Amino acid sequence: MFLALRELRFARSRFTLMGSVVALIAVLMVLLSGLSSGLVNDGVSGLQRLPVTAFAFDAGTKLDSAFSRSVVDADQVARWREQPGVQDAAPFGTMLVNTRSNRGVPIDLALFGVEPGSFLTPTAAEGSGLGAPDGLVVSRTALDAGLRIGDVLTVDRIGTRLTVVGVTADQHTFGHVDVAYLPLAAWRRLHAGVGPGEELRTQQADQATAVAIRGDGTIDLAAGDAAAGTSAVTKETSYGASPGYTAETSTLTLIQVFLYAISALVVGAFFTVWTINRRHELAVLRAMGAARRYLLRDGLVQALVILTASIAVGVAGGAGFGGLMGGTGVPFALEAPAVTFASLLLVLLGLFGAATAIVRVAAIDPLAALGGQR
Amino acid sequence: MTTTERTGLVLSGVTLRLGDGDSVVTALDHVDLTVAPGELVAVVGPSGAGKSSLLAVAGALTIPDEGTVTIDGQDIATMSSRARAAYRRDHIGFVFQSGNLLPALTALDQLRLVGTLSRRRADDRDPAQLLADVGMAHRADRRPHQLSGGERQRIGIARALVGRPSLLLVDEPTAALDRARSHEVVQLLAKETKQTAVATVMVTHDHDVLEHCDRVVEMIDGRLSAG
Repeated sequence: MFLALRELRFARSRFTLMGSVVALIAVLMVLLSGLSSGLVNDGVSGLQRLPVTAFAFDAGTKLDSAFSRSVVDADQVARWREQPGVQDAAPFGTMLVNTRSNRGVPIDLALFGVEPGSFLTPTAAEGSGLGAPDGLVVSRTALDAGLRIGDVLTVDRIGTRLTVVGVTADQHTFGHVDVAYLPLAAWRRLHAGVGPGEELRTQQADQATAVAIRGDGTIDLAAGDAAAGTSAVTKETSYGASPGYTAETSTLTLIQVFLYAISALVVGAFFTVWTINRRHELAVLRAMGAARRYLLRDGLVQALVILTASIAVGVAGGAGFGGLMGGTGVPFALEAPAVTFASLLLVLLGLFGAATAIVRVAAIDPLAALGGQR
Repeated sequence: MTTTERTGLVLSGVTLRLGDGDSVVTALDHVDLTVAPGELVAVVGPSGAGKSSLLAVAGALTIPDEGTVTIDGQDIATMSSRARAAYRRDHIGFVFQSGNLLPALTALDQLRLVGTLSRRRADDRDPAQLLADVGMAHRADRRPHQLSGGERQRIGIARALVGRPSLLLVDEPTAALDRARSHEVVQLLAKETKQTAVATVMVTHDHDVLEHCDRVVEMIDGRLSAG
């Protein structure tokens, strides 16, 4: 450490240059992490917040369109409720609608139809909960879009009027659209395209999109599917059915993987050049009797100091940047665990890059110290 | 250190061959050399005569193909690479051409670095005192690029002496110096050799400085003869 720290100070311009590259990578990493958490929130936070273990869609429904195409009936819900390990099962309806509020605000909503009183019922942080036949409990984010409690929304084409009665405590969105919970009965009418004053056909009266299942880890999804004629997936798997979710997350993951690879390469390349530059110096140290371990440890200490310092600066910068993005409509959410994990990964990969360069130290022959400086 | 008697450096029948296959060069050819504690021996000879190989073998950097190398009665040719590194650290001082100091360190830190190479260095000489002994106390905070060639060489000598070595190996110490500085540096080597009772081997091209040495041997084609 004696030499490592003094060299850091002596060659600070070189180390600062390399450190700023790593810091910029860390900034980018934080922004991508925030963007990816933000997109996940935007895409599936409505599903994440549901107290659900699994969704059972109608048998044969393809996952990527399950939330818009699947239709299940009351019988399937009842069969699921009887499965071992299932604590509760309830019909769950989803559909996307375009609406306009009485104050002229156009807003798209993901309607989640749930039976008032079932375990799916949302808690309203403001206003009243679910109950009124046409009452909506909307995501907090809908307030940013211009909705207020008491607003009356008119559903395009069908003409149904719905009233905002409550607001959830946090963000509930699905496929980048704000979620509005409403009683399943009202959802069924909208889903069937039945306008005010028209009659719902009996066959449609017990339909929903999926069976929402709550249970412990012992649920046998395949057995339930066989009994109820459904295809069930865990909640996490069902995220893939949210519009755009898979494409967005895989794109961001790809960028992040590249970023990690680049940072390992940058650090590795820097330490390769640095080590080669110091070849003669290291040979002198070896001749003086420095153990290989001494030199390896010294190099790794340098790498660790540079990496932690520059990544700390980069994370702070990225968080600052992210703060500026709040309220601009860019989906951005910094989550401490995700950023911590990514930072540690950057440090580890940087150390790996440095280590592959520094092991060359071990190959330096102390004999090179004799003779002139080459 | 209490069990070993100071008997200096003894090379006997040392042969070192370099290269392999068709291009084997005999760098050292049955070399015998004894350097007593407190004795400064100069090794002269043309380039390629094997002077550097002699330093490499005596300094436990290379193992000879034949013969024995003992320092204070201990055979260093049979040690493992790791043991030789530890032995160099504890018993051998190297002075390199143009000092070969570390660019990042101040003069004082060059000396203090030696103490960091191993954990138990209670015996070490005090770096600040040693720097004063070689007349460099006023340069303690300077880095190599702020020092003259003679100053660098003095600090190089001081660095080699920090661990109270039994053997001091000096490689062309005056290669980059003018005449006056060369004399000063070799005088310093002679003085320290006497005072610290270290066995010193100095390889040099510089016949001007031989007057300061106790003995001069000449090396030609890997063979050693009294100069």
